[in-house]
Amino acid sequence: MSTRVIAAPRRTNPNSSPSRPVFGGVAGSDPAVVQAIGNTPLLGLSRFAERIGLPPSIELWLKAEWANPGGSVKDRPALAIVRQGLASGQLGNGRTLLDATSGNTGIAYAMLGAAFGFPVELVIPESASSERKAMLTAYGATIVYSDPYEGSNGAILMARELAASKPNDYFYADQYSNKANPRAHYEATGPEVWEQTSGRITHFVAGLGTSGTLMGTGRFLREQKPRISLVAAQPAEAFHGIEGLKHMPTAIVPSIYDDRLPDIQIGVDTEDAYAFARELARVEGIFAGVSAGAALAAAVRMARECADRGEPAAIVFVAPDDGGKYLSTELWS
Amino acid sequence: MSTTTNVLVLIPAPLRRYTGGEAKVNVSGATVAELIGNLDAAYPGIGDRILENDGEIRRFVNVFVNGNNVRKLDGVTTAIKDGDEVGIVPAMAGGAR
Repeated sequence: MSTRVIAAPRRTNPNSSPSRPVFGGVAGSDPAVVQAIGNTPLLGLSRFAERIGLPPSIELWLKAEWANPGGSVKDRPALAIVRQGLASGQLGNGRTLLDATSGNTGIAYAMLGAAFGFPVELVIPESASSERKAMLTAYGATIVYSDPYEGSNGAILMARELAASKPNDYFYADQYSNKANPRAHYEATGPEVWEQTSGRITHFVAGLGTSGTLMGTGRFLREQKPRISLVAAQPAEAFHGIEGLKHMPTAIVPSIYDDRLPDIQIGVDTEDAYAFARELARVEGIFAGVSAGAALAAAVRMARECADRGEPAAIVFVAPDDGGKYLSTELWS
Repeated sequence: MSTTTNVLVLIPAPLRRYTGGEAKVNVSGATVAELIGNLDAAYPGIGDRILENDGEIRRFVNVFVNGNNVRKLDGVTTAIKDGDEVGIVPAMAGGAR
């Protein structure tokens, strides 16, 4: 069985303004890059499933979010947040979009800031990978470094202080609290996965960062299929290296996060996330990032449990980005 | 000789539950390995968070001596002298307090 690819339906792109054709690009329409956000492929990992000994009744599917133009799933919530800011007048008129980010959301904001023409300022821990810093600079964003020893909580607290100090200068996007974040996934990621699996999905697995992917996609899928399993992957320990994910018991918990939505929480060791990312590269030729490795680790645990019980399953997990931004880390060494 | 070496160690937020909340602690040691061993003796359990079972630094952890990553120096055998500053930082990740 070869690897299958199912393209998302093009007609239902909610990222496109309703007043013009999806394949726009005419004067006055959205920036070109916006039209490439969403509708990412769903990849069937039949080789990988076979390699780890899963029976054919267990399907593993990867939602390839690196296919977004900014290279990550974060293009979706960032666009929704920017649209809402522009519509409400909080953004525009020279105001600077400000947020704390571990990297990918910052890249998405920086890309959209360049395309729409608003300034972007990002607070990131100084320990963020050098590739991310370089990308932010390439898009013309301003970077403010927070103390690397304080992690992403330190970045959040610094962004809050900056926003409070100059409320008229900043649109504080606050991805951790902004309801446009899960809404982007409710309106697009969820319907895409539902249609791409023809409703056969039994498990949806996503890592928890802001939690927007799991909250929005999960709510949509549960409405379609109440018995679906929603699986949250998070770092097993407070001290971890799964960039972009949060260990919720010790984190500043995002206000968009509702811990009653996931049925299952799976703690993933950083070493396992690294190992699964490397395995994915070598078995399927899919070069995904470390948080994708963490989601795959959780998906495989679900797959094995289903196999042990003799239950068929169609397990979808989200690969938030590709491996390129981690080349300077030990992930691939 | 090593016991006289006094080094300031910067502890990242997610490891401060081992140090009673302290962000900076003083520990002795002539090498990175010895320093982390002494750190673990003072704050039991913290060593396993930083090192693999074989004594190497976990892949997602960076240890800096005066701002230089020890992976580019001599790893856990990197020498430390009195007055040095050692930092322990996870590869960037979600936060912890």
